[in-house]
Amino acid sequence: MKELMFIDPHVHMISRTTDDYMAMRNAGIVAIIEPAFWIGQPRTNAGTMLDYFSWIVGWERFRASQFGIRHYCTIGLNAKEANNEKLADEVMELIPRYAGKEGVVAIGEIGYDDMTKLEDRYFRKQVEFAKKFDMLVLVHTPHRNKKEGTIRSMDVCEDLGIDPSRVIIDHNNEETVKYVHNRGYWTAFTIYPGTKMGNERMVEIVKEYGTERIFIDSAADWGHSDPLGVPKTARLMLDRGISKEDVIKVTYQNALDAYGQSGQFNEEDWLNRPKIDQSQTFSGNTILRGGHRPFTDEELDNAKDEDDLIIK
Amino acid sequence: MSKIPKETVAIRQTILSWLKRCLDENAITWLTTTADDLMRDPEDWQLFTSFSLTPRHTGKGLPGLTANEIREANRLRKGWDPSAWTADQAGRTFLLLSYAEQGEEEFLDKIEKIFITSDLGEAVALYQALPVYPFPEKFKDRAAEGVRSNITTVFNGIALNNPYPMDYLDEGAWNQVVLKALFVGSPLYKILGVDTRANATLAKILVEYAHERWSAGRSVSPELWRPVGPFIKDEYIADLRRVLDDPDPIQKQAAVLALSASKVSDKEKLLRPYQSTRDEMVQKNITWDVIGRNHEFESH
Repeated sequence: MKELMFIDPHVHMISRTTDDYMAMRNAGIVAIIEPAFWIGQPRTNAGTMLDYFSWIVGWERFRASQFGIRHYCTIGLNAKEANNEKLADEVMELIPRYAGKEGVVAIGEIGYDDMTKLEDRYFRKQVEFAKKFDMLVLVHTPHRNKKEGTIRSMDVCEDLGIDPSRVIIDHNNEETVKYVHNRGYWTAFTIYPGTKMGNERMVEIVKEYGTERIFIDSAADWGHSDPLGVPKTARLMLDRGISKEDVIKVTYQNALDAYGQSGQFNEEDWLNRPKIDQSQTFSGNTILRGGHRPFTDEELDNAKDEDDLIIK
Repeated sequence: MSKIPKETVAIRQTILSWLKRCLDENAITWLTTTADDLMRDPEDWQLFTSFSLTPRHTGKGLPGLTANEIREANRLRKGWDPSAWTADQAGRTFLLLSYAEQGEEEFLDKIEKIFITSDLGEAVALYQALPVYPFPEKFKDRAAEGVRSNITTVFNGIALNNPYPMDYLDEGAWNQVVLKALFVGSPLYKILGVDTRANATLAKILVEYAHERWSAGRSVSPELWRPVGPFIKDEYIADLRRVLDDPDPIQKQAAVLALSASKVSDKEKLLRPYQSTRDEMVQKNITWDVIGRNHEFESH
């Protein structure tokens, strides 16, 4: 599996540990996208959102670079917190300050949670913003009443005149895939234990729908989730007879083509990334603290036995 | 009537002249028309957005400054070394210095907002350009905050090859620059003023840091002894002896230089057994900068 490169185009690394970064790197993940989202505990003021946006364009990107993984993000007001009107209005003021930053690949993840009037208002405003600034849109489809929410999200996008090729509809399942795929949208699936997709079901979806405009992610976050969802599913697909070419499309190429439209997500970024080493631009190592010598690529590739009791 | 010092205007024009040499016409047109807008009566978003979008217009190439251009930069702002500045960093600084025409209050307010929301590349550009902002004494707190950054590139942007900390930080903040550089493995020889701003408090902090590292079975950068040298007290002698007897030649050299710079009365007696090292150092012209470079090279 080492010869394959993967993209996880939806993962909330701010909730993950350095062990996860190490495992993701070892599994072949070269680039990740961190969509702005809620973080479990509701935010009560826009200041915490400002710090969060700065976090995902700053510190988290640096953290990822320490493990040789290229980190990108999307900026947006999520559906759940759109229901706090005061917060939502203030966050809408912040979005233009982040949307143009380097490595911001889309406005997202936005869409519906309970499908309230406020959710609708801020979803539309953000799609309008994306259209005005020629940005991509990442749509989060709701957990409850999913099919209706998904269809309504697409109706809004079309109503506001944004082309389906500029929109990624995420968290699809067997019930939504035909609508989304038929209407020409990028159709993303989240391999997330217990709630969204299982990867055996994903294999069947690829067998039925093929690989055009279809890709997968882990959406790993603060819940019980798996940051290796993409590479594990790749292995399962190969085991179950899906061609390597198709596996590459679903776990790498289609995500690259979709988000590459932003101009902010380029293969050269990770193919020519600097070696992990203090002499390079992303230098030093504050992840390991205490002036510890930084990892090099070689050391990360030959990580020591997990069972070793010695911690230096 | 310009609201900023004439040096700032000169620096702005100099930066533009470098960019004109290395960027295409479209990029220069974008930069100059944006700068004109920012000097007139811009909306806040014009400043924020153009600052963020700069790399998309300028790319991130090195302007490749000539020796004359670097000398000119150093003449405009003593200690300013833009030799490693990329086109986007230069472009961003050019736009900020154009916006500075709005006057002190506006400039300070907006630049702080930009600092707060900065991404990695923006933060490096912002801290690196501290020495060329107008009203530089107003950035002391911001500079100290940059030194606290856990992102090494951001820390290096302010700590290394940057005259701002030497010129403006008080002793406490200055000492943090040096200590933190050692902590994150950044080279001290690139810190401007590492010798002139050495002080007894810093020497004590560094010696204690060495003790802590040794107790943990970890090594210490030979550069640690550079700012300690002139402030070696009798109670540090045992530590210096330990470094003199270190089998690693670079450590030994560091201890020799540190003791040579000290005011310890019997330093000649202490150094006598290491005469061959001293001779070799003279012969090969081993200075602190050489030790710093060699150590930086060896660590990678």
